[in-house]
Amino acid sequence: MEQEEQKVTSKLQVPETTAKPAEAFGTPADTIFDAKNVSIYYGSFRAVTDVSLSIYPNEITAFIGPSGCGKTTVLRTLNRMNDLIASARVEGDVHYRGASLYAKNVSATAVRRRIGMVFQKPNPFPKSIYENVAYGPRINGIRGKHRLDEIVERSLRQAALWDEVKDRMNKSGLGLSGGQAQRLCIARTLAVEPDVVLMDEPCSALDPIATGRIEDLMQEIKSQYTIVIVTHNMQQATRVSDRTAFFSVLRDEKPGKSDTRTGVLVEYGATQQIFEDPHDSRTQAYVTGRMG
Amino acid sequence: MMAITTDQQTVDLREPGGWRRTKNQLATVGMWVAFVVMLVPLGFVLVTVVSKGASAISWQFLTNGTLPVNVLPVNYGGMGAAVLGTLEITGFAALMAIPLGVLGGIYINEYGGNHVLARVINFFADVMTGVPSIIMGLFIFTIWVLHFGYSGLAGSFALGCLMLPIVIRSTYEMLKLVPDSLREASYALGATKSRVTVTVTLPAAIGGIVSGSLLAVARAAGETAPLLFTILTVTSTNTNLFSGANTALSAQIFANATQPYTGAQARAWGAALTLIAIAFILMIVARLVTARFARYSE
Repeated sequence: MEQEEQKVTSKLQVPETTAKPAEAFGTPADTIFDAKNVSIYYGSFRAVTDVSLSIYPNEITAFIGPSGCGKTTVLRTLNRMNDLIASARVEGDVHYRGASLYAKNVSATAVRRRIGMVFQKPNPFPKSIYENVAYGPRINGIRGKHRLDEIVERSLRQAALWDEVKDRMNKSGLGLSGGQAQRLCIARTLAVEPDVVLMDEPCSALDPIATGRIEDLMQEIKSQYTIVIVTHNMQQATRVSDRTAFFSVLRDEKPGKSDTRTGVLVEYGATQQIFEDPHDSRTQAYVTGRMG
Repeated sequence: MMAITTDQQTVDLREPGGWRRTKNQLATVGMWVAFVVMLVPLGFVLVTVVSKGASAISWQFLTNGTLPVNVLPVNYGGMGAAVLGTLEITGFAALMAIPLGVLGGIYINEYGGNHVLARVINFFADVMTGVPSIIMGLFIFTIWVLHFGYSGLAGSFALGCLMLPIVIRSTYEMLKLVPDSLREASYALGATKSRVTVTVTLPAAIGGIVSGSLLAVARAAGETAPLLFTILTVTSTNTNLFSGANTALSAQIFANATQPYTGAQARAWGAALTLIAIAFILMIVARLVTARFARYSE
């Protein structure tokens, strides 16, 4: 029965959104992602329940919420990183530019070539700085030193790292400071020219100056990419994002069940609206610091 | 001396006395004692082998391909046949066991997951590590030598069987140490599983895999028991690995050391020193290779 449902929804050409952004903030006609009634399970544990939201092109969308509310899980669903966890299972429907991400014939590899990801902890490869950035283009079939040189320089410039590393391209990527390493990871992601960049708390391990650099960088590359960022830092969400989705933990106190926590999407809208005029009392409690 | 007079009491930052300090001292002394005790047998073996074997070593000893009859003194003939045999037999065993073992380790850690096959291989690799080497020799004797006769190849099979579990285990352990965050970074760039394994996971673990493999080689090079049933120790050079009885250093040590003649015994000591030197050179190569591969790891 679920199969049939999926078929029907994948035929829909017109993107629909269930969580309506604030009307003052114009809703673009095109969407990058359309998630509909998405529930994500780890084994029998339902980590996220019934999330529906749309993500728009060339915007920065922030996912905020308390720990354990499933925002990272939702983010990892958008480029099928959850496939790497054997027990993870996705129900519902995620469309990316009109194509169903979880359809049978979709290759997770092809998805991730278009939808890149920057992780919470900077994770450069134990290779040289140059090889770190050239890695993505290489595995996607780009050969030739001249072209690779060009891509590496462009990506490092985009990531605002070029001037700091241009004289030590053959040094290990692990020798960089935390902030530099994270910008290297961003450069590595940009080198494959993705359509979307997913960022999972990219600044949580960085100091305020490095964080500021990365936030500036996000603003600069926004015109070319769509960015979705998970953050614990509400100030960061207000500084960088156009839209904000607030997730929370729902405790379903039914007797006889061991773990009834599950993440839900509480409210989704323009960032200004979420922080200044939240419609849901839970959002209000969270953004004013009374909860979470 | 600068004396500052204040009313404030100076903070005592010295290590606290009493039982805690005693424990620290006991543990330190314990570690030094263990270190020295460990050095004694190691140093004793080295000193004995070098002092008794060094006089036998000469260019002729290392290269002359014919072992003389046991009564002749050490300046007749040489161990060339055994040196060649050891290099051939161990080398071919490594050629079979290392690729197979590395692939096995990759399968268990990267592809097998919780699959029954992966767990079975893992379990039997553990069991095989504990099988006495003489059993491996008997095993090859039964399934190969009885049908095709003694040969260096049979010795290679026996040594390969010994090396295989060590290579599988060390590859598996090394791959397990590679953080998942590296694999994820590669997946997020659109790499397939095989790409991730070949371009990220293996390079990150290669140093340990190389050391583990060469350790297995060094151990196999010193094995005697599995060779007794498979190569039938002879006294002349056999360059053909695939047919005819062969010889090896370890087998010659056994054959010569059990003789009553001083010439034969001196040859045994010389062979022992040669074998240790080969293992030593292998270890140095392993270190160099590991350092070369690990140049970006910090």
